[in-house]
Amino acid sequence: MCTTCGCGDGETRIEGEDPHGHEHEHLHADGTRHVHSHSHDGGDSHHHAHAHGHGHAYMPAHSHAPGMAKGRMVQIEQDILAKNNAYARQNREQFAKRGIFALNLVSSPGSGKTTLLVKTIEALAGRQPVAVIEGDQQTSNDAERIRATGAPAIQINTGKGCHLDAHMVGHALEKLALADASLLMIENVGNLVCPASFDLGEAHKVVILSVTEGEDKPIKYPDMFAAASLMLLNKCDLLPYLAFDVDSAIAHARRVNPGIEVIRTSSTSGEGMAEWLAWIARGAAAARG
Amino acid sequence: MHEMSIAEGVLQLIEEAASRDGFTHVRTIWVEIGRLSGVEPEALAFCFDAVTRGSIAEGAAFEIVAVPGRGLCYECGRETELEAVYDACRHCGAVPVQVTGGTEMRVKELEVD
Repeated sequence: MCTTCGCGDGETRIEGEDPHGHEHEHLHADGTRHVHSHSHDGGDSHHHAHAHGHGHAYMPAHSHAPGMAKGRMVQIEQDILAKNNAYARQNREQFAKRGIFALNLVSSPGSGKTTLLVKTIEALAGRQPVAVIEGDQQTSNDAERIRATGAPAIQINTGKGCHLDAHMVGHALEKLALADASLLMIENVGNLVCPASFDLGEAHKVVILSVTEGEDKPIKYPDMFAAASLMLLNKCDLLPYLAFDVDSAIAHARRVNPGIEVIRTSSTSGEGMAEWLAWIARGAAAARG
Repeated sequence: MHEMSIAEGVLQLIEEAASRDGFTHVRTIWVEIGRLSGVEPEALAFCFDAVTRGSIAEGAAFEIVAVPGRGLCYECGRETELEAVYDACRHCGAVPVQVTGGTEMRVKELEVD
């Protein structure tokens, strides 16, 4: 990410954006310059409030001999995630104003998130407007799978990035045909580590653990399970063929997060779908106010 | 590798401070990293070196101030130190424990010219 304004490092791509938008040149204190391009189109569509302050000191080269005297102390006392949290706050305000119920879905790769999303959208058709933001390092395959259901979806490719951040989501929101009072499902990059630290402005993180994984995953990756409000124990139709201990998995999750809710789901058999849809309906009703 | 994003966030805070305060070189940076913050201090120091090349913080010493994890036991109501979020209370052995500290990631102070 650009360290000056937090915008595209040439890796992050949001569908529909011109990757060769406009270029910025930065002059560093030591006289070196570097140029980077912003991967969003400029002009009026760029509504997402943006910290464009350029934090470089345009000062003459210093003449201090290193090691001679103690440097000056500057107190900072700032949270490193403050920038992300400020973008997350903007997203959250937008959701609140428009009655949108936003969920951040997190899991390992291969937990069945996208299939569960497709089933959820199909079940909600005609009852609840739904839109999806898909995060993956590469390809727009998942967004295409979602769009095949008729729901609006936009893909964010993080390039080498391991998580979505609130700034990327803010830009994706500008491109997404998101109706008021929608359910917005943000499918994060498949990764049980990094997305835990980055608030996107969602109402809840929902962690999906499939029963083909280990039941001790909640304590192997405790930060994610501690950050989530709900755990979907997915692919439950496979339980008869596995040695997976459901009670042990739930006990592990509650050890890191005593308040976590749990629903057993299966996209194949439909188990737990009614309970999951009821959970969504309660949240969506609360978001509409 | 979200340590890379975190390191970029640190550099961003430094550059903002430089434009406010007018310094041109950073000698030392002190960063507070909680035991339960989900960040590996050594990986963060490595990433900081990488992202600060060519910046005013190139070559700066990266000092990590470790903050222990702290929790409040639901069972006995006492404060206990936590190495991980799922640790048992050190006093009575109960789980779970409510996390009360050690999740922070803050830039504390800079030594600058």
